[in-house]
Amino acid sequence: MAAEGTGHHGPMEQFEIKKIIDLDLLGHDISFTNSSLMMVLAFAIIVGYMLYAMRGRALVPTRIQSTAEVVYEYIAGMVKENIGPEGMKFFPWVFTIFIFILVLNIFGLIPGNFAVTSHIIVTFALAAMVWLVATGVGFWKHGVGYLKLFAPAGVPLWLMPIIIPIELTSYLIRPISHSVRLFANIMAGHTMLEVFAGFAVLLPWWGKIAPTGFMVAFTGLELLVAFLQAFIFTVLTCIYLNDAVNMHH
Amino acid sequence: MFAGTTMLFAVAAEAAGEAAKSGGLPQLNPHTFEAQLFWLVVTFLALFFVMSKIALPRVGEVIEERRDRIKRDLDAAARLKDETDKALADYEKALADARSNASGIAKQTRETLAAETEAERHRVDEQISVKLRDADTRISASKTKALSAIGDIATDTARAVVEKLIGQDVPADDVKKVLRPATGG
Repeated sequence: MAAEGTGHHGPMEQFEIKKIIDLDLLGHDISFTNSSLMMVLAFAIIVGYMLYAMRGRALVPTRIQSTAEVVYEYIAGMVKENIGPEGMKFFPWVFTIFIFILVLNIFGLIPGNFAVTSHIIVTFALAAMVWLVATGVGFWKHGVGYLKLFAPAGVPLWLMPIIIPIELTSYLIRPISHSVRLFANIMAGHTMLEVFAGFAVLLPWWGKIAPTGFMVAFTGLELLVAFLQAFIFTVLTCIYLNDAVNMHH
Repeated sequence: MFAGTTMLFAVAAEAAGEAAKSGGLPQLNPHTFEAQLFWLVVTFLALFFVMSKIALPRVGEVIEERRDRIKRDLDAAARLKDETDKALADYEKALADARSNASGIAKQTRETLAAETEAERHRVDEQISVKLRDADTRISASKTKALSAIGDIATDTARAVVEKLIGQDVPADDVKKVLRPATGG
């Protein structure tokens, strides 16, 4: 979300994928881009933070260790609350999803950085992974009985012709709603910031104050959104897993 | 406000023009999908591996260890408290026993002493009454003796008085006979 006003920069230009190193794998384009750079940096930051925070493994934690423990307990609590103790099998995976999205979201807010989660293909891939894992777990645990998820118990029989298509559609549409929510929030926020940055650049000095102040406030809001969307994505992951593991809504 | 709104439209129009010129949203350009997906898979899998194999077990161990430690300490504290309570109960029982023992001993002593006192008093009473009886005997003997002596004295006195009055000695037996009703002898 670089705010340079020189030339014809639109608010959408920040989402451009720019190649840094041209790479090719068996005819497939796997170039290292600004998006890849952010993902690798997020990986490095998360790993570095976790390993640094836990380097002492102290019984009485240092400040940074207790922050790592807070995140751990937070996600562990979310998993246990939504799926039950059985869900702890999925904890490392859910934790990875949460912290990866959270760090990518926040990292993207730093001016000049690229917001990886503002691309639908990335969020859709993550959501599709969640959907595939949840569906796989569901069928693996319950066999064909997992299909009963679409015919909830207690619903009168005459309602079934309506309920089953609704349930089935809502289930099949999950990866889309799951991914668009994250992508749209991040994209909208960054576009907003860029639009107001555009005002700040184009207006005379007395007009720059209002959009600049707005951007400061809006950046704070975007920080909240960055956390909230990572949280929502993770909670939904837990809820979908809960459907698969326990088969109740 | 008007200027701001105008600016907003200007920027929006520019943005729209820009997007149209570059062929729509960058997000919808499928040529970038492969590269993004490839790096997403690589970084996500690497992160998942490091988290699940190294980082998270470390955090989990520490938290578990702390939980165990706290539980152990709490258990130890509870055990020590039980022991303390037991010791206190023992102490209080011992104290109560000692108290009831002491009062038993005191009562017994009191009873013994009372019995002894009573016996002593009885003995002394006995002695006193014996002495009283002796004294009574002696007194009545003395009284009898004294009373019998009174007759003689009265006789002598009466003889002396009569002699003085009539100038003649009167035999003692006569005087006695006359005085008998008075002396009771």
